[in-house]
Amino acid sequence: MVPLSYYVILSAIVFTTGLVGVLIRRNIIIILLSIELMLNATNINFVAFSRYLGNVSGQVFVFFALTVAAAEVAVGLAIIIALYRSKSSINVDEFQLLKW
Amino acid sequence: MATLFFSYFAGVIVLASILVVALRNPVYSALALLIMFFHVAGLYVTLHAEFLAAVQIIVYAGAILVLYLFVVMLLNVKRDERYHAQYPLGAVLGITILTEVLLLIAQHSFSKETATASLGATDGTLAIEGNTETIGEALYSTYLFPFEVASLILLVAMIGAIILAKRDLFEAHN
Repeated sequence: MVPLSYYVILSAIVFTTGLVGVLIRRNIIIILLSIELMLNATNINFVAFSRYLGNVSGQVFVFFALTVAAAEVAVGLAIIIALYRSKSSINVDEFQLLKW
Repeated sequence: MATLFFSYFAGVIVLASILVVALRNPVYSALALLIMFFHVAGLYVTLHAEFLAAVQIIVYAGAILVLYLFVVMLLNVKRDERYHAQYPLGAVLGITILTEVLLLIAQHSFSKETATASLGATDGTLAIEGNTETIGEALYSTYLFPFEVASLILLVAMIGAIILAKRDLFEAHN
């Protein structure tokens, strides 16, 4: 049986990769993809703990996290489309109207 | 044997997630994410969560990724600079956080993983009932209210996405 810490380490690595992706990429779509990476990392964590503690609540929570991720992707992509319509660019550096 | 499967799935997951962040073309990044989704589903199967593996493939690979590819092809952006100007700071921050998390995990003893007796009991019940039935029993009894709230979340997201992406919302029809 694979030790639980292996799953937690895998989840940490994927989460940090998504975090670095959000911080260093300029394309908004890649930033949203990195957020999906982070959500998947937490899902791996939940399912691993659900297996090792024998409680099904972890998998139920993954179910809800999946639902929320789908809703967030829909709204996020709609926002990107609206942004592109007004600025014709999806480079994050160019959206600085709020900057003082 | 289980370690072999886990190391294959984990290796491909880590590689694919690094490719998502590092590739220049957004379509290639989305395809690397697709590979990652499939291997996460494989990992769920090794964790005896087959229903979640199927839902993961249907929802993530079949709906969310298709939505991403639609938008990438709709926007049709030219190639531009890949990394933010502050990328050394981001990389340093990522390495720092990863090191801290790995140190935290290494010094904490996961005592439950050695309690194989309790794992044997739940293995028995799961073998009798199966993953789908177990999730269904928990979802429709204990977690009924969050289930209804999740349907509300989907409704609100649908309305929001339509309104945000709609063109000419407040202009008069010609």
